[in-house]
Amino acid sequence: MTQTYDAIVVGGGHNGLTCAAYLARAGRKVLVLERRHVIGGAAVTEEIHPGYKFTVCSYVVSLLRPEVIRELELAKHGLQIHPLDHVFVPKEDGDHLISYPDPAKARDELKRHSPRDAEMMPRFTEMMYKMAYAVKPILGYVPPNPNSLSLRDLRTLRAFGKHLNGLGKQTFHELTKIMTMSVDDFLAEYFESDIVRSMMGLSGIIGTMLGVKSPGTAYVLLHHFMGELDGAFTAWGAQKGGTGGVSEAIASAARSHGAEIRVEAPVSQIIVRNGTAVGVALENGDEIYARTIVSGCDPKVTFRKLVEEKELPPELVTAIDKFKYRGSSGKVNLALDAAPIFPGMPDPSLIKGSIDICPSVDYIEQAYDDAKYDGFSKRPCMEVEIPTTIDPTMAPPGKHVVSIFVQYASYNMPEYGDRDQQREAFGNAVIDTLSEFSPNLKDLILHKQVLTPWDMEDKIGLTEGNIFQGELTLDQLFCFRPAIGWADYRTPIRNYFQCGSGTHPGGGITAGPGRLAAREILGEEF
Amino acid sequence: MPRVTPLHSRVGPLCQGSRWEEWSGFLTATMYELDHLHEYNAIRTGCGLFDVSPLLKYDIRGRDAVTLMNRVIVRDAKKCRIGQVLYTTWCDDDGKVIDDGTVSRLADDHFRLTAAVPALHWLQHNAIGLEATVEDVSEQIAAVSIQGPTSRDLLAKLTNADLPNLRFFHCTQADVAGADAWISRTGYTGDLGYEVFVEPQNAVKLWDAMMELGDSYQMRPAGTVALDLARVEAGLLLIDADFISAAQTMFDVQKTSPYDLGLAWMVDLEKDFFIGQRALREEKEKGSRWLTVGLELDVTVMEKFYAEWGMPLHLPDRTWAEAVPVFADAAQTKHIGRGTSGTWSPVLKKYVVIARLRPEHAKPGNKIFIEEVIEAVSYSVPATVVKMPFFDPPRKKAWGAEAK
Amino acid sequence: MAAHDVIVIGAGHNGLVTAAYLAKAGRRVLVLERRESIGGAAVTEELMPGFRVSSLADGPGYLSARVRRDLKVESRVEILASDSVAFCPQPDGSQLTIWRDQARTIEEIARFSRADAEAYPGFVELMSRIGDVLGALMEMTPPDLPEVGMQDLRGGLGLFGPLRRLGRKRIGDLLRVLPMPAEDLLSEFFESPVVKAAIGASAMLGISFGPREAGTAYTFLANWAQSGNGLFRSAGVVKGGMGALTEALGDAARGFGAEIRTGTPVEKALVRDDRVVGVKLADGEELEARVVVSNADPRTTFEQLLEPHTLDASFTRNLRAIKYRGSSVRVHLAVRELPEFSALAGGDAAALRGPIQIAPSLDYVQRAFDCTKYGRCSENPYLDVLIPTLSDPDLAPEGQHVVSITARYAPYALRSGSWATHRDTFADVVVGTLAEYAPGIRETILHRHVLAPTDLESTYGLPEGNPNHGEMTLDQFFHMRPIPGYARYRTPISGMYLCGAGTHPGGGVTGIPGHNAAREILADAK
Repeated sequence: MTQTYDAIVVGGGHNGLTCAAYLARAGRKVLVLERRHVIGGAAVTEEIHPGYKFTVCSYVVSLLRPEVIRELELAKHGLQIHPLDHVFVPKEDGDHLISYPDPAKARDELKRHSPRDAEMMPRFTEMMYKMAYAVKPILGYVPPNPNSLSLRDLRTLRAFGKHLNGLGKQTFHELTKIMTMSVDDFLAEYFESDIVRSMMGLSGIIGTMLGVKSPGTAYVLLHHFMGELDGAFTAWGAQKGGTGGVSEAIASAARSHGAEIRVEAPVSQIIVRNGTAVGVALENGDEIYARTIVSGCDPKVTFRKLVEEKELPPELVTAIDKFKYRGSSGKVNLALDAAPIFPGMPDPSLIKGSIDICPSVDYIEQAYDDAKYDGFSKRPCMEVEIPTTIDPTMAPPGKHVVSIFVQYASYNMPEYGDRDQQREAFGNAVIDTLSEFSPNLKDLILHKQVLTPWDMEDKIGLTEGNIFQGELTLDQLFCFRPAIGWADYRTPIRNYFQCGSGTHPGGGITAGPGRLAAREILGEEF
Repeated sequence: MPRVTPLHSRVGPLCQGSRWEEWSGFLTATMYELDHLHEYNAIRTGCGLFDVSPLLKYDIRGRDAVTLMNRVIVRDAKKCRIGQVLYTTWCDDDGKVIDDGTVSRLADDHFRLTAAVPALHWLQHNAIGLEATVEDVSEQIAAVSIQGPTSRDLLAKLTNADLPNLRFFHCTQADVAGADAWISRTGYTGDLGYEVFVEPQNAVKLWDAMMELGDSYQMRPAGTVALDLARVEAGLLLIDADFISAAQTMFDVQKTSPYDLGLAWMVDLEKDFFIGQRALREEKEKGSRWLTVGLELDVTVMEKFYAEWGMPLHLPDRTWAEAVPVFADAAQTKHIGRGTSGTWSPVLKKYVVIARLRPEHAKPGNKIFIEEVIEAVSYSVPATVVKMPFFDPPRKKAWGAEAK
Repeated sequence: MAAHDVIVIGAGHNGLVTAAYLAKAGRRVLVLERRESIGGAAVTEELMPGFRVSSLADGPGYLSARVRRDLKVESRVEILASDSVAFCPQPDGSQLTIWRDQARTIEEIARFSRADAEAYPGFVELMSRIGDVLGALMEMTPPDLPEVGMQDLRGGLGLFGPLRRLGRKRIGDLLRVLPMPAEDLLSEFFESPVVKAAIGASAMLGISFGPREAGTAYTFLANWAQSGNGLFRSAGVVKGGMGALTEALGDAARGFGAEIRTGTPVEKALVRDDRVVGVKLADGEELEARVVVSNADPRTTFEQLLEPHTLDASFTRNLRAIKYRGSSVRVHLAVRELPEFSALAGGDAAALRGPIQIAPSLDYVQRAFDCTKYGRCSENPYLDVLIPTLSDPDLAPEGQHVVSITARYAPYALRSGSWATHRDTFADVVVGTLAEYAPGIRETILHRHVLAPTDLESTYGLPEGNPNHGEMTLDQFFHMRPIPGYARYRTPISGMYLCGAGTHPGGGVTGIPGHNAAREILADAK
């Protein structure tokens, strides 16, 4: 095997594809190698049962950076996002809270729960935009190394300090709070109503093994707000054809620039000679050579599986081994004979939006406490979407697919037996809980697919099933992501780069890491 | 669907063109006919009747009600006698205006505040350490506003109140059309006029009684477009047009102080502490960035500009409210501010504009230039700085013997 | 002319330290104390006939070395050190004792884990160096971030030495660990749950969080910085109880010429034109002074001593947002004889002279905390127990003992019921828990005195029963403490200062807030 490339990207997740697309766009000859039979990594759509398409793992796309959409011309490549209009949050007492995009309607609905909160919501939103505005430039930095005194790092640090100074005191103080507080404490400074806090608090715990009362979760809320800053979408959106459509669009952009994408091509090893990466070895024994190798995998795979320990300095090995994953989310996909009915829903068209099962702050916190000790929540929090209500082609006529994103499920749930028993018990908890809010659900189920964090690791290669390729906690952000000194997308191995969500600015379908990594590899600003 | 006011059964059928807009979540008629000029003329020659129920209203009660009011507003609530109404702004810590509205003292320990931006939380938060309760009574009180030269005579037919002796910016409790009401001699037209507050279940009865007398007093139901025209003539500011609430923008550059808005007269720096006092003291000493004044445009020059295109003079028949650049020179090299609302005044036959200028250019009589775009070409129309209000009839404030 | 230059409101330890430093600098100082005795939360009281106890605070070792030296504390009071730093009996009858002597500790740890025993010296070394940096940070007046002025650079000079000793390569580590959960930090070094709990549990004494919550690593390191013995907590008692220590501080202040009046509650600070002019006593007397220093917590200071409606709206918003959330109950037992811990059978009785920790694992502590999230008291509380009479027999009749217990967690705001009824119920749980480790103790109890969070509030003037005058969380730390923009001991009222635990660096009988406040007051006078 002698064919050579300028760059090989290991892993066809959305960040790997983004990086490949940017490299190809700059004229490089690029090859993407994906282990599975489909591209997209965690952002894939698969036909698990004949005729039913599922967005297998991830579920929302609003975080996709607008500059990526613009620069890679993703609209031309099939990116089509339906805004999720409403969020319906049923309460346990039969009441509900609905979040409407129409401000007047939203205000009236909030007013039912608390006139004060209705008044605070626009101010809170303004404040969050201001925070997002304050944080946005940081998302565009290549994180500096705080231990280094290199000119480049000092320059970034100075720019960082200047930026913070320019925010003014009030914003800086609010930013300090949002970086350190629990999402519930942070929201409690604005809102008095429990249901308002639980609806918004849910965003603070997605993808983390933390509760709404755990410090650090307010930042996760901001991370989710970022998607709205640029007016890219007015709400979280669902991609037509499932989230896999996003990956397809990015892949199409990459191909249009000449990139080659191979599926079912698992890489076993990066070939390193004299501290320089020169190619990759596939599991089938093939070797492919390239000037640059980029890993879109998580830090554990990038550093501990694809390369040998002897190639890395011991501090980095220690840091990578300390890096926390702690997958916390599960996924249940259902194929239904008909649309489920939610008796608490005042308007049946609300089924087109998101249905969030987070009826109270205590409910979310209890779900976390259960999972913390026992493996998964007995009554989990869920974000339920029925994509067939928007895109009926995802299932046979009249039938539906339901996508249930579940918090919390741990990687380990030893009390429930073997992996199959664990999956079964977890899936039952999800379906039983959702049935409390939609009693006819159980009778409609034709097929079900249950994914625990362990399955996500097994299937997609996400260590411990963390959808963000590593927890989004303060000690794992910015210059600590994935390790001090190696947050600049480089590795100790020359010509070996990282571009996954395990690098700054982190997880979610943002494509930010892929873009920044490509920028570093190309060594130019664009 | 936006909600409707207690008067919807009446204003709904009257609103022939279904020209609605949203006001605090309620449907409000912008005009009843397909044109607003009849309504405007009614305001200046007979009277206009407005459904102003969506107005936000808050009751502040308790031993420390006056202290709370004084903490919040820039005027001295202690000097507000029972039955008196103050027009005032309230500010944030930086002295930037959050909103403007009226404060009525209904009793020694009872104030009522009207607002455009929800203020329940702001008032409650600022009651810290005070014995004062704040209640949102917006939906417990319906309101109509009757504005224009004949309004007193019409209203007098329906009430036992001593209207000739009810002075401008005063209020009184009275029976109106058989219902218990508060009559306030206030409005948003700069004319003789009253606002009448009743319980929602009495609103229709009140409206009907007024409409029944209406013909004899050249009264018409009127909507917000006519009102907006009248308020510019009266030199009254409108939120989101002439200023943005400091609570609703994230950018300091968009915030304005009462001084910026030409409301220096209302800021009482000598009274007890109020929010923004420190910043406003400093601003008074150092000078403000802006001053809000009136402009009268030279329409004869404007007419010539139109003539260049072979067109007659075009004048706005309703209020525009957008930022229009103002310059010190016709060459447009020195930008000195912006027009914020403007209209052709049918009663004055003048093109009048409310503008926020650098203070050194804001002296009355100063000549400046405002941009007018004709056929996508920018022109500089000469304008003169004038004091507001533009239109200020004596009947607005007349009382006692003068009001007979 | 006024009779005094400075009036200090409250004779807690920080108030006394401020008074002493100001008097030492030649100011005429008057200290006014509401209660009949000085000391605030650091007092010795005969709560049970014949038995004197340190009512709230114990742990004299935290008092800053600088304060000890400057105020010659050691010559006025006797501190009885303990060789044992933490005696940790386990449910299975084993025990782990951490000694001041490292070799001895390593032997103990080795009984639980060889690897942990090996890791211990390196851990102590790194934590001590990080602790030194924090120690220097604590003596600083926080800059008004994000602005940094010349005076801050001067104030930061003290950081230089400790940072150099820490080493450039570990600065990143310092930044990484502060926002971490204590448990994650300890897990990076140790594997045995017993070892982790022995070292980590006491970090939770000053914070209403469990060890899995982000930011508790900071609390842990802050204790380390202040322990005075190079370890994670101080051990030992003051002869005569904690009251003797504050009496010594009082003597020091008096020695420099300060006057202290007890039984003299202050009703208001008198303000004219945004400037403090004196105080008004509860009996109506008015005393003039150009400087008034409040040792009270921020809520009491700004809502009661001052008129909150004369303060800026953003200031009062931040004031209201301060989290207090006390969650400790103190249970004092008078016992006929020394309790026998089954885990100590045949062991070195010196282990009992130090703190006794009932915290078999960090999970145990975390579960104890979890209850408070739902407004409940722990069913299996974490106990920190001291038997001061082993070192200082004079506190009790001959042969009898005092057992003082800090029990966690018990929230100030109970979801159901009130502390009037819960006080004894919870104390029974506490005694029951202790009896599992010291089986005969129940039968030896002569008296019991319980102080619930509400008692801390009503008797000792600590809102919500938090002895730290506000939670020691990252969002209430450094430039955010007590109120963002007012972390420099000054207040919006000129001439009015704060010197209590509500200010940087927070709670514990350290005297540092008092010392720092005095420094700033003197700087302003220049």
